[in-house]
Amino acid sequence: MGQGSNPIDPKGSVAEEQYGLILLSLGIMILVTVVVFVLYFYAIVKYRRKPGDNTIPKQVEGSHKLEIIWTVIPMILLFILAVPSVALTFSQDVDYSDDPEVIQVKATGHQFWWEFEYPDLGIYTAQDLVLPVNQRVQFELTSSDVIHSFWIPAMGGKMDTNPGMINKLYLDTPAEPGVLKGKCAEFCGESHALMDFKVIVLSEEDYNAWVEDMQTPANTTVSADVQSGEELFKQNCMSCHAIDAGSPGLGPNLKGFADREVVAGFLEMTDDNVYKWIRDPAYFKGDRVEMPGLFLEDEQYQDIAEYLKTLKLE
Amino acid sequence: MSQAAHLDKLPPEPEKATLEGRNKVLGFWLFLGGETVLFGTLFATFIALRNSVLDGPTGIELFSLSITAIATFILLTSSLTSVFAIQAMHHKNIKNMLTWLGVTVVLGLGFLVLEIYEFYEYVAHDGFGFTTSAFSSSFYALVGFHGAHVALGVLWISLLMLQIKKKGLTTVTAPKIYVASLYWHFIDVVWVFIFTIVYLMGKVG
Amino acid sequence: MAHSVKKYRGLMDWITTVDHKKIGILYFAAGGLFFVIGGIEALLIRLQLMFPKGTFDILDGQTYNEVMTMHGTTMIFLAAMPLVFGLMNAVVPLQIGARDVAFPFLNSLGFWTFFFGGVLLNISWFTGTVPDIGWTAYAPLSGQEFSGTGSDYYAIGLQIAGIGTLVGGINFLVTIINMRAPGMSFMRMPLFTWTSFITSGIILFAFPALAVGLIYISFDRLFDANFFVTATGGNAILWEHIFWIFGHPEVYILVLPAFGAISEILPTFARKRLFGYSSMVFATALIGFLSFMVWAHHMFTVGMGDIANALFGVATMLIAIPTGIKVFNWLFTIWGGKIQFTTAMLYATSFIPTFVMGGVTGVMLAIPPADFQFHDSYFVVAHFHYVIVGGIVLSLLAAAYYWWPKMFGRMLNETLGKWSFWLFFIGFHLTFFIQHFLGLWGMPRRVFTYLPNQGWDTANFVSSIGAFFMAAGVIVILINAIISIKGPKAPADPWDGRTLEWSIASPSPEYNFKQLPLVRGLDAFWLEKMDGKKEMTPAEPLGPIHMPSPSILPFFMSLGLFIAGFGFMYRGYEFESAFMNNLFGYNIIAIFGLAITLVCMFLRSVYDDHGYHIEVEELQKEG
Repeated sequence: MGQGSNPIDPKGSVAEEQYGLILLSLGIMILVTVVVFVLYFYAIVKYRRKPGDNTIPKQVEGSHKLEIIWTVIPMILLFILAVPSVALTFSQDVDYSDDPEVIQVKATGHQFWWEFEYPDLGIYTAQDLVLPVNQRVQFELTSSDVIHSFWIPAMGGKMDTNPGMINKLYLDTPAEPGVLKGKCAEFCGESHALMDFKVIVLSEEDYNAWVEDMQTPANTTVSADVQSGEELFKQNCMSCHAIDAGSPGLGPNLKGFADREVVAGFLEMTDDNVYKWIRDPAYFKGDRVEMPGLFLEDEQYQDIAEYLKTLKLE
Repeated sequence: MSQAAHLDKLPPEPEKATLEGRNKVLGFWLFLGGETVLFGTLFATFIALRNSVLDGPTGIELFSLSITAIATFILLTSSLTSVFAIQAMHHKNIKNMLTWLGVTVVLGLGFLVLEIYEFYEYVAHDGFGFTTSAFSSSFYALVGFHGAHVALGVLWISLLMLQIKKKGLTTVTAPKIYVASLYWHFIDVVWVFIFTIVYLMGKVG
Repeated sequence: MAHSVKKYRGLMDWITTVDHKKIGILYFAAGGLFFVIGGIEALLIRLQLMFPKGTFDILDGQTYNEVMTMHGTTMIFLAAMPLVFGLMNAVVPLQIGARDVAFPFLNSLGFWTFFFGGVLLNISWFTGTVPDIGWTAYAPLSGQEFSGTGSDYYAIGLQIAGIGTLVGGINFLVTIINMRAPGMSFMRMPLFTWTSFITSGIILFAFPALAVGLIYISFDRLFDANFFVTATGGNAILWEHIFWIFGHPEVYILVLPAFGAISEILPTFARKRLFGYSSMVFATALIGFLSFMVWAHHMFTVGMGDIANALFGVATMLIAIPTGIKVFNWLFTIWGGKIQFTTAMLYATSFIPTFVMGGVTGVMLAIPPADFQFHDSYFVVAHFHYVIVGGIVLSLLAAAYYWWPKMFGRMLNETLGKWSFWLFFIGFHLTFFIQHFLGLWGMPRRVFTYLPNQGWDTANFVSSIGAFFMAAGVIVILINAIISIKGPKAPADPWDGRTLEWSIASPSPEYNFKQLPLVRGLDAFWLEKMDGKKEMTPAEPLGPIHMPSPSILPFFMSLGLFIAGFGFMYRGYEFESAFMNNLFGYNIIAIFGLAITLVCMFLRSVYDDHGYHIEVEELQKEG
């Protein structure tokens, strides 16, 4: 279940270590629950009052021996649980910001999309987080508005993105290429449920190629059929959306937009969806989405959509 | 029954003579426990935000220790006078009790005047209003909340003085006087913390 | 000496009453009403999530968030709290052999502030600006910039309701300390009284923190303060700390009286005294203490760092020890007993395994690195519903069936009772058990929809089906309550009870005890019955009983706060008419409301309540 993208199907060492603790605690807790259930069902079956039985059972005040047992045994169980918990709490809270071997990514939550910056590579992108296999990644998390929470279930636990503050979180990428789900896990307003992102895990070579593509400036000459779209884009969209990965912009960076799997984090990447989304973002993500309605003609939206479809990496 | 004869029958600690009185005193102690948490939260907030001054003035620039020292002196004295009032009550000396309560109220008013003057200076001359910075919001919330407590105390004790004049000292009115003095001591203690944490520590930086 | 007694009838009687038994019924009625509203909201949530996005979307994101926020806020503050307070009012004074609570007037005030606070919150449905920020109202989402007037309804509604809770807490502390019958030492108090005592203590120290936090939110929103506004140097995380310093103890405020009720019902129907009474008392006190030490376990993912996370994690695990003591004491209470499965006992026994399941997931959540995965997922939703519904609601229902005869003087129907139990119990596990797995499969909480084919569709469908079973169970309970009006009259001691409340008539007379009883030990009434007596030995001769007068002032004091609340909320609002703008903009409404409250306080202080006496002849006439 869960399509290979959930906490109990861990990929990468961080999620695996956390999964180990989940299993250990689950084991201990099942043990406790079973003991209680056995005593419980035995008691409610065995000690039913028979009809007409009016005797008074022996009134027992308590038993020091028993009470010591059920105080000490839970203490021991908790001790067994607490030691690895504390150990992992410390070992997973390490800052690799200065480690040249580790990929540095700044992730910023916005209502309701994700921005990713690779400061060492000079790349800004949005919605798709591209990473190579078998790598440690150090995230620097923050938010531009309200509190969000950055969560890639298959790769490890979440961390909040707090406005005005920076949180550090490291995760390890899986051994195999693939696409993982990322989510906002802290309630952040109307379209919290739709604030998904994708983690694209690539082989070493593919990743390097991606970096190179992203660093290549956008092609300034476009084919004739999308020239009107480009013109409209420049007039209406460029003030917020960059098409070069070198700068952030107020809205999501659109470099390589057409290569992404989804539009706006959750809509399937089809011509129709691109058109619908830019025509009325508020319809999909509510009034608090900052992307304004543009008051254009239908064909003009179509033209912009046509143009956006050409925003592919080489 | 004359007033004097009535007073003779009054037990030595009239505030604890009836179950209602005992309930009131205990309940008020507990209420002050809740108030402690309330001010504790205000203090914690202030300590967390005291360095967020943005472009606004800092505590070092603002605070004048001489004014607050006088305010502190006034308020601590008023605590003492409220003790005298309770002692007078235990001696069943209504006249002295009312006098000392009166002095307490006057001192409380004096404190309020100083505080209002202080706030006025901050707003009018230092550009330090409630919305200036997180520091200012937390400062006015804490000190202002305390000031509101003092103002309420002044009104309350004044009202009780009138009641005593009308109804005399009874097992009904005595617990009221007693808890009012408890309240007064409490806001004094809070002020000592404000003086230390807000003003002294603020002056040190 | 004859007294003319002001006695009201009908509606006026309920509005002016200061009798703890009637106030208990008021709490039950209002809490029950809000429970039904919160339940309807829950059904809407489960209907919306029954199918993935695009198949059956009955709510849009905004509406869902409003329903979700109001469901949580209503269930915690307006349903569970008043039901707990209703029980405490109905039971505690009787259990300690008192004629009344310490502050009958404040008791009434506590109810009315809660009620008006709850009404204010729910009026938002009619003004169209419903809180949409989650019951935790995290800043900056709850601030001026990111949410509308709904957040003001949240902050001010809870502020007013919170005053009532604080007042109620102090009242019960003083009642239990000062008003116990002769011989009722602390270590002879029934466990429900003990847990009410500890709960009141937690309320006293937890609610003022919430009050300050809500004031900050209101100041930020209405007076442009900067407490939680990041851009002007405020700190959004501060709200989380303040909220959870209150919020975690709040869980124990609710669950401890639930524990207490279970500890009364199990011994009664097993006919066996509570196993390990003193360790139960000790465990209750320890849980109360620890409840203030663990708030940050709600904040592991905030980025507090390894040391804070480890400390709060271990502190949280420690709570499992006193809780475990309680569970095993309950098991050994029924062990060797003679269990009779009335409806109350069905609920009470089913509480044990259900609550254990909620408790063990709590320990799992206390592990910081594991919590990074669980946090804000459906695993957490499953956990706290196991604690709150499986723990608190099951035991509140047990308690309602158990004390109903004492409160209303009528018996509930046992057949309907058992129907309600099985519907509710099966529905509960069907709804929430599978949500553990949804969490482990990565479904975040507080989502208004989810995309299909993530492996969540079937589980959500099953969960929604369970919700309908629960709703059916609640409907049966309501039917049972309504027909009990004409049901068989309840005897004084229908269950062969052990504690003092069963030694007096059902419903108990307004003065509770004609003569205060002499308490000779734990389970005071049971001791007398075992000695072959039918009633308690009186500790005093028969004499006139002093009663407090009814008063309308608490109602108006709360009404004043209610009006002032609207005045503050809409002071910056732009109305269409200039008159309204002036009325609110110059705080006229707010000042008017506060003036009502202050005038009522003044009247209360100036005019002494002499009360009235019930004379001996009258007492003898009533038999």
